[in-house]
Amino acid sequence: MLKDVTIGQYYPTGSIIHKLDPRTKILFTTAFVVILFFINNLWGYLAVFGLLAIIILMSKIPVGYILRGIKGLVLIILLTVILNLFMTPGTIIASIGPFNITMEGAKIATFMALRLIFLVIGTSVMTLTTSPIDLTDGMEWSMRFIPFVRRFAHELAMMMSIALRFIPTLMEETDRIMKAQKARGANFETGNIISRAKNLIPILVPLFISAFRRADELATAMEARCYRGGENRTRMKQLVFAGRDVAAFVVMFVMVVGLLATTMINIPLLFPV
Amino acid sequence: MINETKKRMIDVQNIQFIYPHANEEENVIALEGVDFHIDKGEFVGIIGHNGSGKSTLSKLLNAIIFPTKGDVLVNGMNTKDREHLWDIRQTAGMVFQNPDNQLVATIVEEDVAFGPENLGVPPLEIRERVDRALATVEMQAYAHQKPHQLSGGQKQRIAIAGILAMEPECIIFDEPTAMLDPSGRREVMATIKKLNRDKNMTVIHITHYMSEIIDADRIIVLDKGKIVMEGTPEKIFKNVLALKEIGLDVPQMTELAFELRKEGIDIRDNILSIEEMVAALCQ
Repeated sequence: MLKDVTIGQYYPTGSIIHKLDPRTKILFTTAFVVILFFINNLWGYLAVFGLLAIIILMSKIPVGYILRGIKGLVLIILLTVILNLFMTPGTIIASIGPFNITMEGAKIATFMALRLIFLVIGTSVMTLTTSPIDLTDGMEWSMRFIPFVRRFAHELAMMMSIALRFIPTLMEETDRIMKAQKARGANFETGNIISRAKNLIPILVPLFISAFRRADELATAMEARCYRGGENRTRMKQLVFAGRDVAAFVVMFVMVVGLLATTMINIPLLFPV
Repeated sequence: MINETKKRMIDVQNIQFIYPHANEEENVIALEGVDFHIDKGEFVGIIGHNGSGKSTLSKLLNAIIFPTKGDVLVNGMNTKDREHLWDIRQTAGMVFQNPDNQLVATIVEEDVAFGPENLGVPPLEIRERVDRALATVEMQAYAHQKPHQLSGGQKQRIAIAGILAMEPECIIFDEPTAMLDPSGRREVMATIKKLNRDKNMTVIHITHYMSEIIDADRIIVLDKGKIVMEGTPEKIFKNVLALKEIGLDVPQMTELAFELRKEGIDIRDNILSIEEMVAALCQ
Protein backbone atom coordinates (compact mmCIF):
# COMPACT_ATOMS: atom_id res chain seq x y z
CA MET A 1 0.00 0.00 0.00
CA LEU A 2 2.78 2.42 0.90
CA LYS A 3 4.40 1.73 -2.44
CA ASP A 4 1.27 3.01 -4.19
CA VAL A 5 1.42 6.49 -2.68
CA THR A 6 2.81 8.72 -5.40
CA ILE A 7 2.25 11.96 -3.47
CA GLY A 8 5.57 13.46 -2.50
CA GLN A 9 7.63 11.50 -5.00
CA TYR A 10 9.63 13.07 -7.77
CA TYR A 11 9.34 11.80 -11.35
CA PRO A 12 11.88 13.63 -13.52
CA THR A 13 11.10 13.88 -17.24
CA GLY A 14 12.61 17.28 -18.00
CA SER A 15 9.31 18.67 -19.32
CA ILE A 16 8.40 22.34 -19.34
CA ILE A 17 6.25 21.75 -16.24
CA HIS A 18 9.34 20.39 -14.47
CA LYS A 19 11.34 23.45 -15.46
CA LEU A 20 8.84 25.92 -14.01
CA ASP A 21 9.97 27.82 -10.94
CA PRO A 22 8.86 25.94 -7.80
CA ARG A 23 7.22 29.13 -6.53
CA THR A 24 5.05 29.26 -9.65
CA LYS A 25 3.97 25.68 -9.14
CA ILE A 26 3.20 26.23 -5.46
CA LEU A 27 1.11 29.31 -6.19
CA PHE A 28 -0.63 27.60 -9.10
CA THR A 29 -1.47 24.54 -7.00
CA THR A 30 -2.70 26.69 -4.11
CA ALA A 31 -5.00 28.62 -6.44
CA PHE A 32 -6.17 25.35 -7.97
CA VAL A 33 -7.00 23.79 -4.60
CA VAL A 34 -8.87 26.87 -3.38
CA ILE A 35 -10.86 27.27 -6.55
CA LEU A 36 -11.77 23.57 -6.52
CA PHE A 37 -14.00 24.24 -3.51
CA PHE A 38 -15.91 27.01 -5.26
CA ILE A 39 -17.05 24.86 -8.15
CA ASN A 40 -20.72 23.97 -7.79
CA ASN A 41 -21.70 22.20 -10.98
CA LEU A 42 -20.46 19.52 -13.33
CA TRP A 43 -19.48 22.04 -16.04
CA GLY A 44 -16.81 23.30 -13.70
CA TYR A 45 -15.50 19.82 -12.98
CA LEU A 46 -15.46 19.10 -16.69
CA ALA A 47 -13.25 22.18 -17.15
CA VAL A 48 -10.95 21.07 -14.30
CA PHE A 49 -10.70 17.66 -15.90
CA GLY A 50 -9.67 19.24 -19.22
CA LEU A 51 -7.12 21.51 -17.54
CA LEU A 52 -5.54 18.66 -15.55
CA ALA A 53 -5.45 16.46 -18.67
CA ILE A 54 -3.52 19.14 -20.58
CA ILE A 55 -1.07 19.74 -17.69
CA ILE A 56 -0.44 16.01 -17.25
CA LEU A 57 0.16 15.58 -20.98
CA MET A 58 2.62 18.48 -20.88
CA SER A 59 4.43 16.99 -17.86
CA LYS A 60 5.08 13.73 -19.80
CA ILE A 61 4.38 11.71 -16.65
CA PRO A 62 2.55 8.44 -17.43
CA VAL A 63 -1.14 8.84 -16.58
CA GLY A 64 -1.15 5.41 -14.94
CA TYR A 65 1.58 6.51 -12.56
CA ILE A 66 -0.47 9.49 -11.40
CA LEU A 67 -3.66 7.45 -11.10
CA ARG A 68 -1.86 4.98 -8.88
CA GLY A 69 -1.66 7.82 -6.36
CA ILE A 70 -5.44 7.68 -6.00
CA LYS A 71 -5.42 3.95 -5.29
CA GLY A 72 -4.22 4.54 -1.76
CA LEU A 73 -7.14 6.90 -1.20
CA VAL A 74 -9.90 4.69 -2.60
CA LEU A 75 -11.11 3.84 0.89
CA ILE A 76 -11.44 7.47 1.98
CA ILE A 77 -13.22 8.39 -1.25
CA LEU A 78 -15.62 5.46 -0.95
CA LEU A 79 -16.41 6.31 2.65
CA THR A 80 -17.15 9.92 1.73
CA VAL A 81 -19.37 8.85 -1.15
CA ILE A 82 -21.35 6.33 0.90
CA LEU A 83 -21.86 8.65 3.87
CA ASN A 84 -23.00 11.53 1.69
CA LEU A 85 -25.16 9.31 -0.48
CA PHE A 86 -27.24 7.95 2.38
CA MET A 87 -27.08 10.63 5.04
CA THR A 88 -28.23 13.68 3.07
CA PRO A 89 -31.94 14.53 3.49
CA GLY A 90 -33.98 15.52 0.40
CA THR A 91 -35.91 14.06 -2.54
CA ILE A 92 -35.72 10.30 -2.43
CA ILE A 93 -34.77 8.71 -5.73
CA ALA A 94 -34.02 5.14 -4.62
CA SER A 95 -34.06 2.99 -1.49
CA ILE A 96 -31.97 0.05 -0.43
CA GLY A 97 -33.68 -1.57 2.54
CA PRO A 98 -33.99 1.05 5.29
CA PHE A 99 -31.53 3.40 3.53
CA ASN A 100 -32.66 6.12 1.18
CA ILE A 101 -30.64 7.71 -1.57
CA THR A 102 -31.61 11.32 -2.20
CA MET A 103 -31.05 13.50 -5.23
CA GLU A 104 -29.13 15.99 -3.05
CA GLY A 105 -27.08 13.15 -1.58
CA ALA A 106 -26.13 11.84 -5.02
CA LYS A 107 -25.03 15.33 -6.02
CA ILE A 108 -22.92 16.00 -2.93
CA ALA A 109 -21.41 12.51 -3.10
CA THR A 110 -20.38 12.98 -6.74
CA PHE A 111 -18.96 16.44 -6.09
CA MET A 112 -17.02 15.33 -3.02
CA ALA A 113 -15.54 12.37 -4.86
CA LEU A 114 -14.53 14.55 -7.82
CA ARG A 115 -13.08 17.19 -5.51
CA LEU A 116 -10.97 14.66 -3.63
CA ILE A 117 -9.73 13.00 -6.81
CA PHE A 118 -8.82 16.28 -8.49
CA LEU A 119 -7.23 17.54 -5.28
CA VAL A 120 -4.97 14.52 -5.04
CA ILE A 121 -4.11 14.53 -8.74
CA GLY A 122 -3.47 18.29 -8.76
CA THR A 123 -1.13 18.24 -5.78
CA SER A 124 0.66 15.09 -6.88
CA VAL A 125 1.37 16.68 -10.27
CA MET A 126 3.18 19.42 -8.34
CA THR A 127 5.29 17.06 -6.25
CA LEU A 128 5.95 14.70 -9.16
CA THR A 129 7.32 17.54 -11.28
CA THR A 130 9.33 19.36 -8.57
CA SER A 131 12.52 18.02 -7.00
CA PRO A 132 12.42 17.95 -3.19
CA ILE A 133 15.15 20.61 -2.99
CA ASP A 134 13.29 22.98 -5.30
CA LEU A 135 10.12 22.29 -3.38
CA THR A 136 11.82 23.19 -0.11
CA ASP A 137 13.21 26.41 -1.57
CA GLY A 138 9.81 27.26 -3.01
CA MET A 139 8.09 26.58 0.30
CA GLU A 140 10.61 28.69 2.19
CA TRP A 141 9.68 31.54 -0.11
CA SER A 142 5.92 31.00 0.08
CA MET A 143 5.93 30.64 3.86
CA ARG A 144 7.10 34.24 4.07
CA PHE A 145 3.58 35.27 3.15
CA ILE A 146 1.86 33.36 5.94
CA PRO A 147 1.69 35.33 9.19
CA PHE A 148 3.06 33.49 12.29
CA VAL A 149 4.81 30.93 10.08
CA ARG A 150 6.92 33.65 8.48
CA ARG A 151 9.35 33.82 11.39
CA PHE A 152 10.15 30.12 11.11
CA ALA A 153 10.20 29.91 7.32
CA HIS A 154 13.98 29.41 7.12
CA GLU A 155 14.12 26.99 10.04
CA LEU A 156 11.27 24.87 8.70
CA ALA A 157 12.87 24.71 5.26
CA MET A 158 16.24 23.82 6.80
CA MET A 159 14.61 21.02 8.82
CA MET A 160 12.90 19.71 5.72
CA SER A 161 16.08 19.65 3.69
CA ILE A 162 18.04 17.98 6.49
CA ALA A 163 15.29 15.37 6.77
CA LEU A 164 15.56 14.76 3.03
CA ARG A 165 19.33 14.50 3.32
CA PHE A 166 19.14 11.91 6.12
CA ILE A 167 16.34 9.69 4.81
CA PRO A 168 18.71 7.51 2.74
CA THR A 169 21.31 7.47 5.54
CA LEU A 170 18.77 6.31 8.12
CA MET A 171 17.28 3.78 5.71
CA GLU A 172 20.71 2.21 5.27
CA GLU A 173 21.14 2.23 9.00
CA THR A 174 17.76 0.54 9.57
CA ASP A 175 18.73 -2.11 7.08
CA ARG A 176 22.03 -2.67 8.86
CA ILE A 177 20.40 -2.93 12.28
CA MET A 178 17.76 -5.33 10.95
CA LYS A 179 20.43 -7.59 9.52
CA ALA A 180 22.38 -7.46 12.77
CA GLN A 181 19.28 -8.39 14.78
CA LYS A 182 18.35 -11.12 12.32
CA ALA A 183 21.83 -12.55 12.71
CA ARG A 184 21.09 -12.82 16.41
CA GLY A 185 17.86 -14.67 15.74
CA ALA A 186 15.29 -11.86 15.64
CA ASN A 187 12.20 -12.69 13.64
CA PHE A 188 10.41 -9.93 11.71
CA GLU A 189 8.37 -12.00 9.27
CA THR A 190 6.03 -14.23 11.24
CA GLY A 191 3.64 -13.87 14.15
CA ASN A 192 0.58 -11.69 14.67
CA ILE A 193 0.58 -7.91 14.47
CA ILE A 194 1.30 -7.43 18.18
CA SER A 195 4.30 -9.74 18.30
CA ARG A 196 5.62 -8.25 15.07
CA ALA A 197 5.30 -4.75 16.49
CA LYS A 198 7.14 -5.94 19.60
CA ASN A 199 9.90 -7.33 17.42
CA LEU A 200 10.44 -3.87 15.97
CA ILE A 201 11.62 -2.51 19.32
CA PRO A 202 15.16 -3.90 18.98
CA ILE A 203 15.35 -2.01 15.68
CA LEU A 204 13.81 1.26 16.83
CA VAL A 205 15.87 1.68 19.99
CA PRO A 206 19.32 1.58 18.33
CA LEU A 207 17.97 3.58 15.39
CA PHE A 208 16.76 6.37 17.67
CA ILE A 209 19.96 6.42 19.69
CA SER A 210 22.05 6.71 16.55
CA ALA A 211 19.73 9.35 15.07
CA PHE A 212 20.15 11.50 18.19
CA ARG A 213 23.91 11.07 18.06
CA ARG A 214 23.89 12.04 14.40
CA ALA A 215 21.75 15.08 15.14
CA ASP A 216 24.17 16.17 17.85
CA GLU A 217 27.23 15.78 15.62
CA LEU A 218 25.49 17.49 12.72
CA ALA A 219 24.57 20.44 14.92
CA THR A 220 28.21 20.81 16.00
CA ALA A 221 29.39 20.56 12.39
CA MET A 222 26.85 23.17 11.31
CA GLU A 223 27.97 25.54 14.06
CA ALA A 224 31.58 24.98 13.09
CA ARG A 225 30.57 26.08 9.60
CA CYS A 226 29.19 29.35 11.00
CA TYR A 227 25.51 28.43 10.80
CA ARG A 228 23.47 30.90 12.82
CA GLY A 229 19.94 30.71 11.43
CA GLY A 230 18.45 32.49 8.46
CA GLU A 231 19.55 36.02 9.30
CA ASN A 232 22.02 37.58 6.86
CA ARG A 233 22.29 34.27 5.09
CA THR A 234 22.71 34.31 1.31
CA ARG A 235 21.98 31.53 -1.16
CA MET A 236 24.15 30.30 -3.99
CA LYS A 237 21.17 29.40 -6.15
CA GLN A 238 18.67 32.19 -6.48
CA LEU A 239 15.19 31.35 -7.72
CA VAL A 240 14.52 33.28 -10.91
CA PHE A 241 11.17 33.64 -12.66
CA ALA A 242 11.48 32.94 -16.39
CA GLY A 243 9.23 33.62 -19.38
CA ARG A 244 7.50 30.28 -18.91
CA ASP A 245 6.58 31.30 -15.37
CA VAL A 246 4.87 34.41 -16.69
CA ALA A 247 2.95 32.18 -19.11
CA ALA A 248 1.99 29.92 -16.22
CA PHE A 249 0.67 32.90 -14.28
CA VAL A 250 -1.48 33.89 -17.27
CA VAL A 251 -2.86 30.35 -17.39
CA MET A 252 -3.49 30.55 -13.64
CA PHE A 253 -5.41 33.79 -14.05
CA VAL A 254 -7.50 32.31 -16.88
CA MET A 255 -8.12 29.21 -14.75
CA VAL A 256 -9.34 31.19 -11.76
CA VAL A 257 -11.61 33.45 -13.83
CA GLY A 258 -12.77 30.61 -16.05
CA LEU A 259 -13.62 28.27 -13.21
CA LEU A 260 -15.39 31.00 -11.27
CA ALA A 261 -17.38 31.74 -14.44
CA THR A 262 -18.57 28.13 -14.61
CA THR A 263 -20.35 28.63 -11.29
CA MET A 264 -22.65 31.07 -13.12
CA ILE A 265 -23.74 28.51 -15.72
CA ASN A 266 -27.40 27.77 -15.14
CA ILE A 267 -27.86 24.89 -17.55
CA PRO A 268 -28.18 21.76 -15.42
CA LEU A 269 -25.89 18.83 -16.22
CA LEU A 270 -26.99 15.50 -14.72
CA PHE A 271 -28.24 17.16 -11.51
CA PRO A 272 -30.95 19.85 -11.41
CA VAL A 273 -29.46 22.91 -9.70
CA MET B 1 57.84 40.35 19.20
CA ILE B 2 55.26 41.82 16.82
CA ASN B 3 56.64 39.66 14.05
CA GLU B 4 56.35 36.61 16.19
CA THR B 5 52.69 37.15 17.06
CA LYS B 6 51.93 37.87 13.41
CA LYS B 7 52.98 34.47 12.24
CA ARG B 8 51.18 32.68 15.09
CA MET B 9 48.08 30.89 13.83
CA ILE B 10 47.00 29.33 17.09
CA ASP B 11 48.21 30.10 20.58
CA VAL B 12 47.03 27.83 23.37
CA GLN B 13 47.96 29.41 26.70
CA ASN B 14 48.11 27.05 29.65
CA ILE B 15 44.52 25.85 29.37
CA GLN B 16 42.40 23.60 31.48
CA PHE B 17 39.10 22.09 30.43
CA ILE B 18 36.67 20.35 32.74
CA TYR B 19 33.56 18.48 31.64
CA PRO B 20 31.12 19.47 34.35
CA HIS B 21 29.14 16.76 36.09
CA ALA B 22 26.01 17.16 38.21
CA ASN B 23 28.05 15.92 41.14
CA GLU B 24 31.07 18.21 41.32
CA GLU B 25 33.38 15.54 42.65
CA GLU B 26 32.84 13.56 39.47
CA ASN B 27 33.91 16.42 37.17
CA VAL B 28 36.14 15.09 34.44
CA ILE B 29 39.34 17.01 33.81
CA ALA B 30 39.83 16.57 30.06
CA LEU B 31 42.82 18.89 29.65
CA GLU B 32 45.23 20.34 32.19
CA GLY B 33 48.11 22.77 31.70
CA VAL B 34 48.13 22.40 27.93
CA ASP B 35 50.32 25.06 26.37
CA PHE B 36 51.55 25.22 22.80
CA HIS B 37 51.38 27.33 19.68
CA ILE B 38 51.10 26.65 15.98
CA ASP B 39 52.66 28.88 13.34
CA LYS B 40 51.11 29.78 10.00
CA GLY B 41 51.77 27.19 7.31
CA GLU B 42 52.73 24.47 9.76
CA PHE B 43 51.53 20.85 9.56
CA VAL B 44 51.10 19.65 13.13
CA GLY B 45 50.02 16.19 14.11
CA ILE B 46 48.28 15.59 17.42
CA ILE B 47 48.23 12.01 18.66
CA GLY B 48 46.94 10.38 21.78
CA HIS B 49 45.07 7.36 22.99
CA ASN B 50 41.27 7.35 23.40
CA GLY B 51 40.35 9.71 26.21
CA SER B 52 43.62 11.63 25.99
CA GLY B 53 41.67 14.83 25.35
CA LYS B 54 42.55 15.28 21.70
CA SER B 55 38.96 15.71 20.49
CA THR B 56 38.24 18.14 23.31
CA LEU B 57 41.31 20.10 22.26
CA SER B 58 40.11 20.29 18.66
CA LYS B 59 36.75 21.72 19.73
CA LEU B 60 38.52 24.32 21.86
CA LEU B 61 40.50 25.54 18.85
CA ASN B 62 37.29 26.19 16.89
CA ALA B 63 35.41 28.02 19.67
CA ILE B 64 32.82 25.25 19.96
CA ILE B 65 33.72 24.90 23.62
CA PHE B 66 35.71 27.28 25.82
CA PRO B 67 38.58 26.60 28.24
CA THR B 68 37.71 26.66 31.95
CA LYS B 69 41.15 28.21 32.61
CA GLY B 70 43.64 29.86 30.28
CA ASP B 71 43.05 31.22 26.79
CA VAL B 72 42.99 30.03 23.21
CA LEU B 73 43.98 32.61 20.60
CA VAL B 74 43.21 32.02 16.93
CA ASN B 75 45.00 34.51 14.72
CA GLY B 76 45.24 36.77 17.76
CA MET B 77 41.52 36.54 18.56
CA ASN B 78 40.51 35.08 21.92
CA THR B 79 37.91 32.33 21.56
CA LYS B 80 36.17 33.60 24.69
CA ASP B 81 35.46 36.88 22.92
CA ARG B 82 31.90 36.45 21.61
CA GLU B 83 32.48 39.29 19.16
CA HIS B 84 35.04 37.22 17.23
CA LEU B 85 33.16 33.91 17.40
CA TRP B 86 32.23 33.76 13.70
CA ASP B 87 35.61 35.16 12.58
CA ILE B 88 37.35 32.41 14.54
CA ARG B 89 35.18 29.67 13.10
CA GLN B 90 35.75 31.05 9.62
CA THR B 91 39.53 31.32 10.18
CA ALA B 92 39.92 27.88 11.70
CA GLY B 93 37.74 25.44 9.81
CA MET B 94 37.07 22.00 11.16
CA VAL B 95 36.58 18.58 9.56
CA PHE B 96 35.06 15.88 11.74
CA GLN B 97 35.36 12.13 11.98
CA ASN B 98 32.04 10.90 10.61
CA PRO B 99 31.62 11.99 6.98
CA ASP B 100 27.86 11.36 7.09
CA ASN B 101 27.17 13.58 10.06
CA GLN B 102 28.70 16.76 8.69
CA LEU B 103 27.08 17.00 5.27
CA VAL B 104 23.97 19.13 5.42
CA ALA B 105 22.57 19.40 1.92
CA THR B 106 21.07 16.85 -0.46
CA ILE B 107 23.36 17.85 -3.35
CA VAL B 108 27.16 17.95 -3.19
CA GLU B 109 27.64 21.50 -4.49
CA GLU B 110 24.89 22.85 -2.24
CA ASP B 111 26.66 21.34 0.71
CA VAL B 112 29.93 23.01 -0.24
CA ALA B 113 27.97 26.27 -0.53
CA PHE B 114 26.58 25.93 3.01
CA GLY B 115 29.51 27.63 4.77
CA PRO B 116 29.80 30.70 2.51
CA GLU B 117 26.00 31.01 2.53
CA ASN B 118 26.15 31.24 6.32
CA LEU B 119 28.81 33.93 6.02
CA GLY B 120 26.55 35.99 3.78
CA VAL B 121 28.82 35.86 0.74
CA PRO B 122 27.16 37.19 -2.46
CA PRO B 123 25.68 34.40 -4.68
CA LEU B 124 28.07 34.82 -7.62
CA GLU B 125 31.10 34.67 -5.38
CA ILE B 126 29.73 31.56 -3.64
CA ARG B 127 29.49 29.92 -7.08
CA GLU B 128 33.19 30.70 -7.75
CA ARG B 129 34.29 29.51 -4.32
CA VAL B 130 32.34 26.26 -4.64
CA ASP B 131 33.85 25.51 -8.05
CA ARG B 132 37.34 26.31 -6.78
CA ALA B 133 36.94 24.21 -3.62
CA LEU B 134 35.59 21.22 -5.57
CA ALA B 135 38.50 21.52 -7.99
CA THR B 136 41.02 21.55 -5.12
CA VAL B 137 39.67 18.27 -3.71
CA GLU B 138 39.22 16.90 -7.27
CA MET B 139 35.49 16.32 -6.94
CA GLN B 140 34.11 18.60 -9.69
CA ALA B 141 32.66 15.60 -11.51
CA TYR B 142 30.43 14.87 -8.52
CA ALA B 143 29.04 18.40 -8.06
CA HIS B 144 25.46 17.36 -8.79
CA GLN B 145 25.48 13.98 -7.05
CA LYS B 146 23.77 13.11 -3.81
CA PRO B 147 26.17 12.72 -0.86
CA HIS B 148 24.85 9.29 0.13
CA GLN B 149 25.88 7.90 -3.27
CA LEU B 150 29.55 8.70 -2.60
CA SER B 151 32.21 6.60 -0.87
CA GLY B 152 33.47 7.54 2.59
CA GLY B 153 36.67 9.07 1.22
CA GLN B 154 34.72 11.11 -1.32
CA LYS B 155 32.29 12.32 1.34
CA GLN B 156 35.19 13.41 3.50
CA ARG B 157 36.71 15.31 0.57
CA ILE B 158 33.37 17.06 0.10
CA ALA B 159 33.45 17.99 3.78
CA ILE B 160 36.95 19.43 3.22
CA ALA B 161 35.68 21.36 0.18
CA GLY B 162 32.86 22.73 2.36
CA ILE B 163 35.47 24.14 4.74
CA LEU B 164 37.73 25.42 1.93
CA ALA B 165 34.81 27.39 0.46
CA MET B 166 34.80 29.44 3.68
CA GLU B 167 38.40 30.41 2.85
CA PRO B 168 39.96 29.61 6.22
CA GLU B 169 43.65 30.06 7.06
CA CYS B 170 43.83 26.90 9.09
CA ILE B 171 41.97 23.58 9.08
CA ILE B 172 41.64 21.29 12.08
CA PHE B 173 41.12 17.66 11.14
CA ASP B 174 39.58 15.65 13.96
CA GLU B 175 40.35 12.03 13.04
CA PRO B 176 39.05 12.46 9.49
CA THR B 177 40.26 9.02 8.41
CA ALA B 178 39.10 6.99 11.40
CA MET B 179 35.96 5.70 9.67
CA LEU B 180 37.43 5.20 6.20
CA ASP B 181 38.77 2.18 4.36
CA PRO B 182 42.47 2.21 3.31
CA SER B 183 41.80 3.71 -0.13
CA GLY B 184 39.58 6.41 1.39
CA ARG B 185 42.32 7.18 3.90
CA ARG B 186 44.86 7.57 1.12
CA GLU B 187 42.56 9.94 -0.82
CA VAL B 188 41.91 12.12 2.21
CA MET B 189 45.56 12.20 3.34
CA ALA B 190 46.68 13.14 -0.18
CA THR B 191 44.18 16.01 -0.13
CA ILE B 192 45.29 17.21 3.31
CA LYS B 193 48.97 17.15 2.39
CA LYS B 194 48.25 18.95 -0.87
CA LEU B 195 46.46 21.72 1.01
CA ASN B 196 49.42 22.21 3.31
CA ARG B 197 52.04 22.04 0.59
CA ASP B 198 50.39 23.85 -2.33
CA LYS B 199 47.95 26.23 -0.64
CA ASN B 200 50.15 26.91 2.39
CA MET B 201 47.24 26.00 4.64
CA THR B 202 47.97 25.54 8.32
CA VAL B 203 46.95 21.99 9.15
CA ILE B 204 46.30 20.43 12.53
CA HIS B 205 45.81 16.73 12.05
CA ILE B 206 44.46 14.71 14.94
CA THR B 207 44.77 10.99 14.37
CA HIS B 208 45.78 7.68 15.79
CA TYR B 209 47.33 6.44 12.56
CA MET B 210 51.03 7.18 13.03
CA SER B 211 51.82 6.67 9.36
CA GLU B 212 49.72 9.75 8.49
CA ILE B 213 51.97 12.16 10.33
CA ILE B 214 55.47 10.91 9.58
CA ASP B 215 56.06 13.94 7.38
CA ALA B 216 54.44 16.46 9.72
CA ASP B 217 56.49 19.48 10.79
CA ARG B 218 55.79 18.74 14.42
CA ILE B 219 53.96 16.22 16.55
CA ILE B 220 52.25 16.81 19.87
CA VAL B 221 51.56 13.75 22.00
CA LEU B 222 48.72 13.92 24.50
CA ASP B 223 48.10 11.57 27.36
CA LYS B 224 45.46 11.90 30.07
CA GLY B 225 44.86 15.55 29.21
CA LYS B 226 48.51 16.61 29.26
CA ILE B 227 51.18 17.15 26.62
CA VAL B 228 53.76 14.42 27.20
CA MET B 229 55.96 14.91 24.14
CA GLU B 230 56.42 17.52 21.48
CA GLY B 231 58.82 17.67 18.55
CA THR B 232 59.68 16.49 15.06
CA PRO B 233 58.45 13.05 13.95
CA GLU B 234 62.03 11.69 14.09
CA LYS B 235 62.41 12.85 17.65
CA ILE B 236 59.01 11.58 18.80
CA PHE B 237 59.00 8.16 17.20
CA LYS B 238 62.46 7.34 18.56
CA ASN B 239 60.77 6.83 21.93
CA VAL B 240 59.21 3.54 20.94
CA LEU B 241 58.82 2.23 24.48
CA ALA B 242 57.47 5.46 25.94
CA LEU B 243 54.85 5.67 23.18
CA LYS B 244 53.82 2.05 23.64
CA GLU B 245 53.42 2.68 27.34
CA ILE B 246 50.69 5.28 26.70
CA GLY B 247 48.93 2.95 24.28
CA LEU B 248 50.28 4.38 21.04
CA ASP B 249 51.98 2.69 18.15
CA VAL B 250 54.95 3.88 16.13
CA PRO B 251 55.13 3.76 12.32
CA GLN B 252 55.82 0.23 11.05
CA MET B 253 59.34 1.04 9.79
CA THR B 254 60.33 2.71 13.04
CA GLU B 255 59.18 -0.37 14.88
CA LEU B 256 61.13 -2.61 12.51
CA ALA B 257 64.26 -0.51 13.10
CA PHE B 258 63.64 -0.75 16.84
CA GLU B 259 63.36 -4.56 16.68
CA LEU B 260 66.46 -4.82 14.48
CA ARG B 261 68.47 -2.74 16.95
CA LYS B 262 67.29 -5.01 19.76
CA GLU B 263 68.74 -7.91 17.78
CA GLY B 264 72.04 -6.09 17.64
CA ILE B 265 71.88 -4.79 14.09
CA ASP B 266 73.34 -1.32 13.83
CA ILE B 267 70.68 0.82 12.17
CA ARG B 268 69.42 4.40 12.70
CA ASP B 269 66.60 4.73 15.26
CA ASN B 270 64.80 7.57 13.45
CA ILE B 271 63.64 5.75 10.32
CA LEU B 272 60.07 6.62 9.38
CA SER B 273 59.34 5.54 5.83
CA ILE B 274 59.93 2.43 3.71
CA GLU B 275 62.29 4.42 1.45
CA GLU B 276 64.49 5.40 4.40
CA MET B 277 64.52 1.80 5.58
CA VAL B 278 65.55 0.54 2.15
CA ALA B 279 68.31 3.14 1.98
CA ALA B 280 69.54 2.27 5.48
CA LEU B 281 69.54 -1.47 4.85
CA CYS B 282 71.27 -1.27 1.48
CA GLN B 283 74.18 0.77 2.74
